[in-house]
Amino acid sequence: MTDAQPGPPLLEITDLDVFYGDFQALFGVSVSVTQGGATALVGANGAGKTTLLRTIAGAQAAASGSVRYDGSDITAAPPHRRISRGIALVPEGRKLFPSLTVEENIQVGAAAAASDAWPLDRIYGAFPMIATRRKQRASTLSGGEQQAVAIARALAAAPALLLLDEISLGLAPLVVGELYETLAGLRSTGATLMIVEQDLRRAMDACDSLVCLLEGRVALAAPVTSVSRDEVVAAYFGEGRS
Amino acid sequence: MNWVNSVIQGMLLGGQYALIACGLSLTFGVMRIVNLAHGDLAVCGAYLGLVLSSAFGVPVWVTLPLLLPVAFAAGLALQVLLFGRALRHGVLAPVLVTFGLSIMIENLLQVAATSDPRGLNGGALALASFHIGSSITVSWLFLTAFLTACGVLSALQLTLSFTSWGRQVRATSDDLDTARLVGVRVRPVFATVAGIAVATAALAGVFIGTIGTFDPLTGTNVLIFAFEAVVIGGIGSLWGTLVGGMALGVTQVVVGEVNQAYAVLAVNLLFLAVLTVRPGGLFTSHQAVRELQGEGAPG
Repeated sequence: MTDAQPGPPLLEITDLDVFYGDFQALFGVSVSVTQGGATALVGANGAGKTTLLRTIAGAQAAASGSVRYDGSDITAAPPHRRISRGIALVPEGRKLFPSLTVEENIQVGAAAAASDAWPLDRIYGAFPMIATRRKQRASTLSGGEQQAVAIARALAAAPALLLLDEISLGLAPLVVGELYETLAGLRSTGATLMIVEQDLRRAMDACDSLVCLLEGRVALAAPVTSVSRDEVVAAYFGEGRS
Repeated sequence: MNWVNSVIQGMLLGGQYALIACGLSLTFGVMRIVNLAHGDLAVCGAYLGLVLSSAFGVPVWVTLPLLLPVAFAAGLALQVLLFGRALRHGVLAPVLVTFGLSIMIENLLQVAATSDPRGLNGGALALASFHIGSSITVSWLFLTAFLTACGVLSALQLTLSFTSWGRQVRATSDDLDTARLVGVRVRPVFATVAGIAVATAALAGVFIGTIGTFDPLTGTNVLIFAFEAVVIGGIGSLWGTLVGGMALGVTQVVVGEVNQAYAVLAVNLLFLAVLTVRPGGLFTSHQAVRELQGEGAPG
């Protein structure tokens, strides 16, 4: 695989408008994600990062615009159909099923799996820290372990496009480092990632392109190598806008 | 007065309450619907048994292979056409819809079948009994109802614990939005749960109609007992529902042994006492307690 040239777009979002009731969260957002790439989605609180991921996963309806994935329009498809096409979301706040065991949480994630490329033993191989806890209720785990289960649950769907929403929230830096190492391992297997991350440095280290949202609009979209940290910070806070 | 006999009879009666209650518990646990028409649906099951067994001239048990699938299909249809739509309009709408359904069923039954009390043809089983020692007589019918309740509850619990469908039901019960997000198809899950709830209600209705009599308004009483069994046992726990049903049955029969007039009052007092001392019920799941207390899942 040559990594110098971008591959074909796996995900293409065009002019997306999303509302919560009367409140408009996204305004004409267009984002393109290349096959095999890793895109960091950054922006201040309320910029629309979570909304964008949830719309891609099908949890939030688009008012207008389109979401094209792997060559077909999925704007109106329900979540289970998107999952079986290969899109899986690790939601903000982990959202595990507290009364289910670790293993059951992961098995539910396989309900609409795109393929059986991620059987349980492969998942436990990728996350040895939860392998020993498979029979425990998810609610009894530490924050880092719960986050690992949340990622494992999404992996069980054998995604080609993995959306990760604030996976480092509330976790110790050491644990976050381990999770990102696992993600790097995932990328090497060909998975495409889209990551919402508050830690700008970590986001720019882990990803090859960057999209910055500001108040529901795309303020900056560029390969990581072609932007400076200062440019990203300026876009983040909306400085220098005319 | 024979206390051992009363306790045994009460436990057997409790099995019937649990059989009615398990569908109510399941519907509330998964869909967050308190189905106020649940008792009336059980009575509909009894009337359907009456129609089928008179039409074919057979004991009502023979009609179960036809009756139960019909009840299951009715549950599916109710969920898809009525409850599912009501759920989209907040928490109050399903309460109003099931309350309205209850009134409609009771009045339609009065028009169609008059208010005369009816009984079902239970065949030879209805009259047979056996003795334990000299003072205890156990009706085969009561024992069958009790064992059926245990069997249905066990089958439900095993299905919920160990099948893929069961995992999806429990995940949906924990967190509907996230279940949908990770690929659970919530509507088929809801529809099958409703189908099972109505089928178990109809089965309970057949036992009610065989053991005693029923009329179009029996459903309201049935609902109260079922509801109390669910709350005493703890919402979200099927074993709790069985114990709750037996607690009700034993209380009713033992107090009835002393004074029949206070039997039902004692049952309601037991319900109030449990609600005061352990509002979550005796066997409630930790998740249900957290939810009742308004706390989210631990972050």
